[in-house]
Amino acid sequence: MILVENICKTFGENQVLENVSTRFEKGKTNLIIGQSGSGKTVLMKCCIGLIEPNQGVISFDNRPFSSVSERSKRSIRKEMGVLFQGGALFDSMNVEQNVMFPLNMFTEMSLDEKLDRVNFCLKRVNLINVNHLYPSEISGGMMKRVAIARAISNSPKYLFCDEPNSGLDPKTAEVIDQLISEITEEYNMTTVVNTHDMNSVLQIGQSINFLYKGKLWWTGDKHSILNTDNQELKDFVFSTELTRRLRK
Amino acid sequence: MIKLLGEYLILLYEIFKRPDKGPVFRRQLLVEFIGLGVDSIGIVAIISVFTGAIVAIQTATNIDSPLIPLMMVGFTTRQMMVLEFSPTMISLILAGKVGSRIASEIGTMRVTEQIDALRVMGVNPANYLILPKITVSMLFNPVLIVFSIVLGLWGGLIACVVTGLVATPDYIAGLRGWFDPFTITYAMIKTVVFAFIIASVSGFLGFTVEGGSVEVGRASTKAVVASSILIIFFDLILTQLLLV
Repeated sequence: MILVENICKTFGENQVLENVSTRFEKGKTNLIIGQSGSGKTVLMKCCIGLIEPNQGVISFDNRPFSSVSERSKRSIRKEMGVLFQGGALFDSMNVEQNVMFPLNMFTEMSLDEKLDRVNFCLKRVNLINVNHLYPSEISGGMMKRVAIARAISNSPKYLFCDEPNSGLDPKTAEVIDQLISEITEEYNMTTVVNTHDMNSVLQIGQSINFLYKGKLWWTGDKHSILNTDNQELKDFVFSTELTRRLRK
Repeated sequence: MIKLLGEYLILLYEIFKRPDKGPVFRRQLLVEFIGLGVDSIGIVAIISVFTGAIVAIQTATNIDSPLIPLMMVGFTTRQMMVLEFSPTMISLILAGKVGSRIASEIGTMRVTEQIDALRVMGVNPANYLILPKITVSMLFNPVLIVFSIVLGLWGGLIACVVTGLVATPDYIAGLRGWFDPFTITYAMIKTVVFAFIIASVSGFLGFTVEGGSVEVGRASTKAVVASSILIIFFDLILTQLLLV
C-alpha cells in the first residue's frame, strides 16, 4: 500500500498540489484522474521520486519515501516498475535488452535465467518474436507493451503508469488497460494509473482519485463515478459528446 | 554562471560515484570505446595527414634565408604537431564531433524520459551514462593524439617528397633534431585535460536539457562552443604552467 499524506507542491507562485492525501491499495488498480493541469502528473512524479514535494509524506508499506536520502530511496525504487507516457524505452537497446536491463542491474541471474525471464515477460504482454527489434522498428502499442514487460521483469511490488493509453487507438488502449489490470491481480501489486481516458476509468478503475485544481476532489470507484453529485467530476466525466449521449 | 558551475560540480560528484554494477559498466565502456574512439579515427587521420603536409610546405616556402638549414622544415613540423596541432586542434575537432554526439544523445534521452526511467529504476543515470564516456575519452584520446602526430609527420614527409621542396634526409634529420621528450608529456597532459572537458561539459549540457528537440539542438551547439572555449582557455593555462 502507498500512503500519501498532505502533499503540497508549488512551482514558483503556482500551487500545483494542495494538501493531497490518499492511499493506493495493494492488489488494486488505483487511478488518478483529472483535467490537464489538475496536478495528476506532478502527484505521480512525487510518488516515484522525480519531484520532491514541498510538504507532506509518501510512504510505501510504512517505509518513508519522500524527504529521505537518495540512498534510502533506491531500495524502494528497485521495487517499482514505471510505465512512462512515451514508453521511455532505451533507443540504443533492442526489445530484449530493454526488458533485460533491470535484471542486469539488480540481479545476479545467469544469462539463460535472464533470457527465460525476458521471454516470459514478453509472452505475458503478448509479444513474440520481437526480441531483436529496436524501439524505432515497433508500433506505439508494442512500445507500451515492451515498456510494461520491462516494468514487470524484476517482479515489482508497485507499478506506476503515466497515461498508458495516450496516442493509442481505442482497441489497443483497451488491450493495454486489460493487461495492466490482469498483471495487477496476478502479481498482487499496488498499481497507480494516471489517466484522463474515461474508457480506462470505467474499465479498470477499482479505486479512483479525482484531482481538481491541485486538490483531491473526490474518491470512489468505477461504479460510483457515474452517479456522482459532484459537479466538477460530472463536468469531467461527461465532457465528451459520447458520454453525454450515453448518460441520456 | 556560479549556479551553472555549482550544478556542474554536483553532477560531477554524481558521475564519479562507484558504478552500480561492474559488468554493466565494462559493457558500456566497450560501447563508448567504439562510438567515441574508434569512430573518430577516420577524421583524425585525414586531418592530421593534410595538416602535416601543409605545415611542411608552408615552412619550406617561407624559409628565405640560406642561413636556415632545410632540416628546420622537419623540426618545425614535428614541434607544431606535438606541441599544438595534435593535442589542441584535434581536441577542438573532437569537441565538435564527440561533444555534439554526447550532448544530443544524452539530451534526447532526457526529453524522452529515458533518464527518468533510469532514475526511477534506482540507477544513477549520471554515473551510468556519463562516466563511461569520460573514461573512454580520457583513455583513448591520447592514443588518437599519438596517432595524429605520427600521421602528421608522415604527411609532412609525403609533401616534401612530392613537391621536392626538401630532401627526405633533411626532413628526417629535422624530425630527430633537438628533441625534448617532455613535449610529448606536455601534449599528453593537455590531451587528457581536454578529453575530460569535452566529455564532462557535453554530458552536463545534455543531461540538463529541458524541453524538446529544439533545446536538444541548442544543447548540442552549446556543448561544442563551451568545450572549444574551455579547451583554448586551459591550453593557455597549461602552457603557462608546464612550458614557461
